[in-house]
Amino acid sequence: MPYSDKVIDHYENPRNVGTLDPEDPQVGTGMVGAPACGDVMKLQLKIGADGVIEDAKFKTFGCGSAIASSSLVTEWVKGMSIEKALEVKNSAIAEELSLPPVKIHCSVLAEDAIKAAIADYRAKQQRQGAGGGGHGGNGTAGGK
Amino acid sequence: MTVKLPIYLDNHATTPLDPRVLEVMLPYFTQEFGNAASRNHVFGWHAEEAVEQARAQIGTIIGASGKEIVFTSGATESDNLAIKGAAEFHHERGNHIVTCQTEHKAVLDSCKRLEKQGFEVTYLPVEKDGRVDPERLRAAMTARTILVSLMLANNEIGVVHPVVAIGKVVKEQGALFHIDAVQGVGKVPFNVDEARADLVSLSAHKMYGPKGIGALYVRRKPRVRIAPLIDGGGHERGLRSGTLNVPGIVGFGAACALAQEEMAAEALRLGSLRERLRRHLQEHLPETYVNGSLEHRLPGNLNLSFAYVEGEAMMMALKDVAVSSGSACTSASLAPSSVHRSLRIGEELAHTSIRFGLGRFNTEEEIDYGAALVVDKVRKLRELSPLWEMAQQGVDLKKIEWSHP
Ligand SMILES: Cc1ncc(COP(=O)(O)O)c(C=O)c1O
Repeated sequence: MPYSDKVIDHYENPRNVGTLDPEDPQVGTGMVGAPACGDVMKLQLKIGADGVIEDAKFKTFGCGSAIASSSLVTEWVKGMSIEKALEVKNSAIAEELSLPPVKIHCSVLAEDAIKAAIADYRAKQQRQGAGGGGHGGNGTAGGK
Repeated sequence: MTVKLPIYLDNHATTPLDPRVLEVMLPYFTQEFGNAASRNHVFGWHAEEAVEQARAQIGTIIGASGKEIVFTSGATESDNLAIKGAAEFHHERGNHIVTCQTEHKAVLDSCKRLEKQGFEVTYLPVEKDGRVDPERLRAAMTARTILVSLMLANNEIGVVHPVVAIGKVVKEQGALFHIDAVQGVGKVPFNVDEARADLVSLSAHKMYGPKGIGALYVRRKPRVRIAPLIDGGGHERGLRSGTLNVPGIVGFGAACALAQEEMAAEALRLGSLRERLRRHLQEHLPETYVNGSLEHRLPGNLNLSFAYVEGEAMMMALKDVAVSSGSACTSASLAPSSVHRSLRIGEELAHTSIRFGLGRFNTEEEIDYGAALVVDKVRKLRELSPLWEMAQQGVDLKKIEWSHP
């Protein structure tokens, strides 16, 4: 399988690998994919009171393209507002990494991971607003 | 000693040509260029002599006569000829064929084609150890069964099937027995009479011979009848028309002669190299599992699942070591291999298998280099794996509702 230089670069030097505290009310966790399908992405976003993404971390089980897609997304969304991050399209990820057609699903998964992480953050904020303590999304695979 | 990179550990896909085989082949590209079917001059006679010698060498390694060898372009053609040829010839006796879910595509897709033409095919599952249970075969066979097609050794997980016990069942039920012996011949002992085989597929490039040449053994006593797929000049007893690939055939014969001579010593050497690799990996990497029976296995095969690490990412990480992954199929499709699906490997191990295929030219230094590299890369990829993290935290992956079906 020929990989683009950018995929190889992200694969060999993945950016922002790691884990944020899933219990932190400022942290949204998105986990998408399934082991049976060969890809699982976990994306965590730490979001400031101003709605700007301060930090992003990922861990991915999957092929080089899946790892590269999630690594790229962490770079992109840092410093973005939630609204801007929700506009990140899988086509832009696929184009940046020159993904071949059989790997487009990796970029779709990365887009889904952003949406799932933000949905988790928003759900937490609502619970927080309602007075309850937030529970992390680690352990359930959100997003569709 | 420094190892030369990249290292080739994919000897189930193909093997390098043994230089001794090349040596024997070379004159047949130049001076000895005759057509083996030219009966009227010395050019043809020389070619024919060479072909007949190769036929005998190939026959000998499976305990057959050279007269029972039909040359083909490779085992894909041999499998097609055996299955479709037997089905066409014997369709009046019955329309049922039995094969196995973990056969090579050349067998499975030939059977699928026959299903479209009205044949019924039973695809046997394998047991936990990756092997066919002869009793399951017995239960599947009926009076309408005309053919059973089961392989000697599996190309992905390397398990060796109990073909002698299987052959006994096939013959009790009176069907023809086809064996795809591509991965096993020259690696483990095999004899057409012990297995009671009627048709056997062979390929030169899996045994240090050239690509594009294969054979189908067709039993003469009692005579096994099949219909040809390719019509023409009536070569190969009318079973496979077309001018013979003389240099390829000569190389195939030489490869068989070498394999026969060296099989016992080579099996010992490869078996101990394989165990060296397996022990190193399992000692240094927790949750590393052997797929299929370790006992009934080709000496050069190791198929491992490194839990929580995806196979394609592993192959990318091992760029200096050529291996293959059960997660990516032989073709361009990315579905997990049917072999791993048939083994009913759990969610947590799906897409995590790597096939190491050791061969004649691999050295201990190469294996040690490869083993160290794999340990390093699996550790790195596990650090990157959310599944590994969850498993370390004691999360049961089976209890999670994953977002994609
Ligand atoms: C078990 C088995 N059968 C058949 C084949 C096809 O052989 P060939 O490449 O000679 O067509 C292969 C090789 O891919 C194989 O491993």
